[in-house]
Amino acid sequence: MSTKQPFEKVVAEHGRTVLRVCRALLASHDADDAWSETFLSALRGYPELPATANVEAWLVTIAHRKAIDVLRSRKRQPVPVEEVTEAPATHGVPDADDADDGLWHAVRALPGRQRQAVAYHYVAGLPYAEIAQIIGGSTDAARRAAADGISNLRKNYPGGGPS
Amino acid sequence: MNSPEELFATPTDTNADTDALARLHRKLEQAAEEEGLLDVAYRTVDSPVGPLLLAATARGLVRVAYDVEGHDRVLDTLASRLSPRVLRAPKRLDPAAQELEEYFDGRRRRFDLPLDLSLSKGFRLLVQQHLPEIGYAQTRSYRQVAELVGNPKAVRAVGTACATNPLPVVLPCHRVLRTDGTRGDYVGGPAAKTTLLNLEAAA
Repeated sequence: MSTKQPFEKVVAEHGRTVLRVCRALLASHDADDAWSETFLSALRGYPELPATANVEAWLVTIAHRKAIDVLRSRKRQPVPVEEVTEAPATHGVPDADDADDGLWHAVRALPGRQRQAVAYHYVAGLPYAEIAQIIGGSTDAARRAAADGISNLRKNYPGGGPS
Repeated sequence: MNSPEELFATPTDTNADTDALARLHRKLEQAAEEEGLLDVAYRTVDSPVGPLLLAATARGLVRVAYDVEGHDRVLDTLASRLSPRVLRAPKRLDPAAQELEEYFDGRRRRFDLPLDLSLSKGFRLLVQQHLPEIGYAQTRSYRQVAELVGNPKAVRAVGTACATNPLPVVLPCHRVLRTDGTRGDYVGGPAAKTTLLNLEAAA
């Protein structure tokens, strides 16, 4: 009999990875919101999740939808949020993860599917077959999107390629 | 040139990430409570009988567990018997933590907390419900408790009911001794039983 582990363990095991995925998709303040929405939604659906399910893929699927929601709501309110959310620590959260931030910034500059494929494969560690399920299209298309994303990243992110 | 794997390797546990996750966890606890999704909230407290796990449903305190019971195992059991929506969320346990602290300081003789006894059934539940009738610093034998619940022959079953008490300390099974006056077994181990009885005798 497989029983489901306490949700707290899900947060402990996957919280950090999901936060990195959210940061690869969204600017930091929005990434926090997407994380919160993801785990609240996951908590709601958790009792119905089959005990054999791949929990990380499930969480990334939810984060994927939440990130799209956040981006859509940003487009509906055309305020210059990019500048604002990139500004350092206006509400007591020091951006000490600056070392990462350049990388996330470069990932966020990628076209949508490349960005998603890179985040879900290289940050979340999902296989391309799972990624294809999440973003649609074939497994090969997901693999190509990630490869294109990485080669674009090398052009734009100094740490990602030859100087 | 870095490989993409190296590029995205998880950074060595940055403090900033840890702080951000702690903050996001607190937000999640609060949102879960507001949305009615916090089926089981838990925290641990330190005590003279070691770390205690406290867990509560929306109805009340549902479990107090000693370290020797294995807190992870207890949480697994709560997830399978009550709900997998189990979250470390200290706020709901504030009243219980407060009363336990007063008890261990010798300033409280009786607990006044909403309890959820849904982990117990039948005769065990009946026995556990009667335990608070044994007053502070008093003791009873398993036989006397069997008489108290109107089933004088069920001495062994009383022992089982005490051993499976989901709320030790709060429901005072430590006040039940063997008929010959020796302490007998205890869910938190014999040393914990002695500590509690000495604490009550001294207060």
